[in-house]
Amino acid sequence: MSTITTTDLEAAVEDAAAYLYVWALKDIPQDLRDALADAATRETSVPGQRVLQTILKNVTVAETEKNLVCQDTGIAVYTCRVGEHFPLHPARIYAALKTGTERATVEHPLRSNAVHTITRENTGPNTGYRLPIVHWEFIPDWDGLDVKCVPKGSGSENMSFLKMCVPADGVKGIKQFVLESIVGAGGKPCPPGIVGVGIGGSADYAMYLAKEAIARPIGTRNPDPHVAELEDELFALLNETGIGPMGLGGDVTVLQCHIEHADTHMTLNPVAVNYQCWAARRASAHVGPNGEVEYDREF
Amino acid sequence: MSSKRVNFPATEEAVRELRAGDEVLVNGHIIGIRDRTQIRIFDQGVEPPIDLQGAFLLHTAPGVRKLGPGKYEKVCIGTTTSARMVRFTEPLGRDFGVRAICGKGGLPDEAIEPMQRLGMVYFAIVGGAAALETTQIEEIEEVYWEELMPECLWKFRVKDFGPLTVGIDAHGNSLFHDVQERAKKKLEELNARL
Repeated sequence: MSTITTTDLEAAVEDAAAYLYVWALKDIPQDLRDALADAATRETSVPGQRVLQTILKNVTVAETEKNLVCQDTGIAVYTCRVGEHFPLHPARIYAALKTGTERATVEHPLRSNAVHTITRENTGPNTGYRLPIVHWEFIPDWDGLDVKCVPKGSGSENMSFLKMCVPADGVKGIKQFVLESIVGAGGKPCPPGIVGVGIGGSADYAMYLAKEAIARPIGTRNPDPHVAELEDELFALLNETGIGPMGLGGDVTVLQCHIEHADTHMTLNPVAVNYQCWAARRASAHVGPNGEVEYDREF
Repeated sequence: MSSKRVNFPATEEAVRELRAGDEVLVNGHIIGIRDRTQIRIFDQGVEPPIDLQGAFLLHTAPGVRKLGPGKYEKVCIGTTTSARMVRFTEPLGRDFGVRAICGKGGLPDEAIEPMQRLGMVYFAIVGGAAALETTQIEEIEEVYWEELMPECLWKFRVKDFGPLTVGIDAHGNSLFHDVQERAKKKLEELNARL
């Protein structure tokens, strides 16, 4: 018989959220470090090389100074995979994520970015009405909870684009829109980063899928071979645009292109682009039904 | 490439010596400014409480820890996207004598002509490299308009701040314009291949 009460489990989720938010901001994942180091071996432009060397130095300085990689603590976005038998209701999970975000912001302290969308007045320690943002997935026959924290900076989030292509535009229309979007974004989203593309579904779901795509480990491929082929093709095409690191011109415009897809209506062909900056921060934890927490379980 | 060193506040002559593509390290004093700060100055007509003659403006909203009344220590200071604030470029130079604007991602082409005419430059910093940038800021010396936190008017003392790249010089050159022109031509070629 378990001696853990629901309140303890809520505290465990809250602790995990507070830890994940700060950890994600300070310690970027190894796959990202590898991708940045690899980019530096390929870049031939002088300003591009200067940018990449500065980025690599910055990652090291963040580590030695125990500081944040980037000052933009972003908007806290969590993805939760909740097992059917996880003994804490999502309403309580949401409350725990919100309190955890606030605690991390106050205790570290982190810059608080949240404002009312009309008055622009600060609404609190990186929380507010409908903040943080949480995406949910429910898993049958399971008693665990996976939480991923993706602090999303505004420089890259401002470079989000949606087009309702028509079926006659085909895959070519999708490719053209992604290429135009990234050229138009130039240096603003802190390239080289991860281009997330969502295709199919509906307008809102395509953008959700694009956001899911940027949070994948770098270079992973969509299990659908048609989509994986498009990922490879777009990745190569995007790096031919010459936008380069921080938009100063060069060979490396993106570290990767990830695509998520959904089936759609016969008359729809939506394509959404969501950019993730080079400081592509993410951190994950697994919470067991008794409140035990394991960090860095990637999903 | 070796870096040029420039001290701020700077003269028009010092700024006109710089050319697009130059690598620069900055010393002296720089002023932190952002969307709401400039909306207050230009849209609400509030005179800035510090002299901006020859100033280097940094597009930032720093992460700080409050030590006491009007006194803050740095936590993490980095730089935001400049393009949002392009419409303030000309009045900053014309009305206040600002010599340099520093941010990330570049300024659109409408900044090129006023920068050339008024003798101003745009410095491109590496966005996101805030941990490094924080080590180059020696002290937060002054802060005004604390009610706009974190978008206050900040005065920082810096040492070897950079490396910065001259993105737009005072002679009508813009790296961002050049990169966009080349990329648009390339897009035509890529589209033909799709």
